[in-house]
Amino acid sequence: MTQPTESKKIWQVIAASSVGTLIEWYDFYIFGSLATVIADQFFPKTNPTAALLSTLATFAAGFIVRPFGALVFGRLGDLIGRKYTFLLTLILMGGSTFAIGLVPGYATIGFAAPLLVLLLRLLQGLALGGEYGGAATYVAEHAPPHRRGYYTSWIQTTATLGLFISLGVILITRHYLAPDLDTSIKRFNDWGWRIPFWVSILLVIVSIYIRLRMNESPLFAKLKSEGKVSVNPLKESFGHKANLKMVLLALFGATMGQGVVWYTGQFYAQSFLETVCHIDFDQSRTIILWAILFATPFFVVFGGWSDKIGRKWIMLIGMLVAICSYQYIFKQFIDLTQPTGKTELTEHRKFLGEKTILLPKSKTDSLHLRTWEVHYTDGAVFHEVKQDTLWTDAAKAALTKTATVYNEKKLNTWAYRKIVGWMFVLILYVTMVYGPIAAFLVEMFPTRIRYTSMSLPYHIGNGVFGGLTPFIATLLTTIYVTDKLSGLWYTIIIGAVCFFIGAVYISNRIDADVND
Amino acid sequence: MNQLKKWLGIVWMLLGPVAIYYLIKTAAGEIEKNPVTNTIIQWAVFVIIFIPIAIGLIIFGYYAFKGEYEHLPESSKEI
Repeated sequence: MTQPTESKKIWQVIAASSVGTLIEWYDFYIFGSLATVIADQFFPKTNPTAALLSTLATFAAGFIVRPFGALVFGRLGDLIGRKYTFLLTLILMGGSTFAIGLVPGYATIGFAAPLLVLLLRLLQGLALGGEYGGAATYVAEHAPPHRRGYYTSWIQTTATLGLFISLGVILITRHYLAPDLDTSIKRFNDWGWRIPFWVSILLVIVSIYIRLRMNESPLFAKLKSEGKVSVNPLKESFGHKANLKMVLLALFGATMGQGVVWYTGQFYAQSFLETVCHIDFDQSRTIILWAILFATPFFVVFGGWSDKIGRKWIMLIGMLVAICSYQYIFKQFIDLTQPTGKTELTEHRKFLGEKTILLPKSKTDSLHLRTWEVHYTDGAVFHEVKQDTLWTDAAKAALTKTATVYNEKKLNTWAYRKIVGWMFVLILYVTMVYGPIAAFLVEMFPTRIRYTSMSLPYHIGNGVFGGLTPFIATLLTTIYVTDKLSGLWYTIIIGAVCFFIGAVYISNRIDADVND
Repeated sequence: MNQLKKWLGIVWMLLGPVAIYYLIKTAAGEIEKNPVTNTIIQWAVFVIIFIPIAIGLIIFGYYAFKGEYEHLPESSKEI
């Protein structure tokens, strides 16, 4: 039997695998984090075809291509080995990210611009689909059985840290392109957004160098030397009932719920702070950064703990607590960002400007907007926007009232810290469901088809169920407009079904031998 | 527990078609409300992606009803 790699070597394995995976997540997230800037550059809303390509870039790359990448690269990983497969995904991801930073805008090359970006985004999704399964499998196959959860949990930190680095690089670039902030932001929106994409290539070169020096997974190398490598991993994974039933169990009893909890905690929460609570751009991002910083060590805590008490209940309790408390936590976000109960410092009120815009689908009726900066005694500063609809029809005009909305809210220190605290709790749930899952998935499937078998449920759970969370949640809020928290029902229902299936069908047994 | 696993299989088998029906009904309603290309594409993606997953849930329910999950494999020889 192959001996587990000695302690010093395992850290080299973890470092080499994690750095590459971290970069892949960074690459994937910068596109999402810069979506509005990229849309202005490549997908002008005035052009319907470009807008259509934008929708495809968002949906297809995240949801269709990721599971497809899992199948393509999972199969390769089970046929030719883990090392070369996840080296290939890294090159593919790094190359396409760098290339997105080089594509000239729509104004320069017309339709070729959104088309190129769409193709490169699809390549990114494909690469990401192949990366994770390889990295998790590679580390798990090097780890000693009693520490498998602990060592693979380092790979689990990379997705969150990738988001952390992408937000950090974007904030730094946005702030330091000129001595004054307004000019810096203008430059960033103009050309500076390309810098985070270019940064990727440096990181990828370093990571490729490290990965080239790594050895093949000892378990896969042993299988290969014995001639026991699968000849058709896809058929063995999904064509044989005995394995297919485990793939279905992994999806419906674990990754489906894990995906929605992850994307609700990190992405829908961010979108909620920006679009429902209307918190200022910088503050909404630094809230996430602080929460990630404090919560990330818990991936390792829960991963390590799962080696002692089993993977199942840590993940399921995380899921259960999350779905039971989401309504309350998101209600706190709304309450902490309301102007109700605040006392205005009227002498500081500042008029910022006014504008009139045509109402959608109307050539005559318009909306008149007047904006003030409002300061409060507790230190908060909000923008107050008064909206008057200017109807040409006198009957409608007589019934119209002025609507007041608040946006670009800069919170006071107390409210800011409290929201950081709640965000920390949301990401803590993510660490519970996500920390042990790599070890859990690795232990479910045999070595010869592990890469393929674990990649598909992972990417359907995270790419489809998780990745669609922000879109479906936002859609629900447009259908049930009176309830700002209605978007959470998607996560709660999917999470509850997954919890129930996991609790009844999944075993809490830790597989001592993944060499088979 | 095995009896519970088995009879819950029927629930999962029924949940699949219910999910498909609800998805198609919602998609049709939303497209009718806002019949622009982006809405159609968006809902088409949802329907195309979730239908195979719902079929997967039906298969999962069938396996559960047949007692396939009464014993989970403890070594790869069982797979």
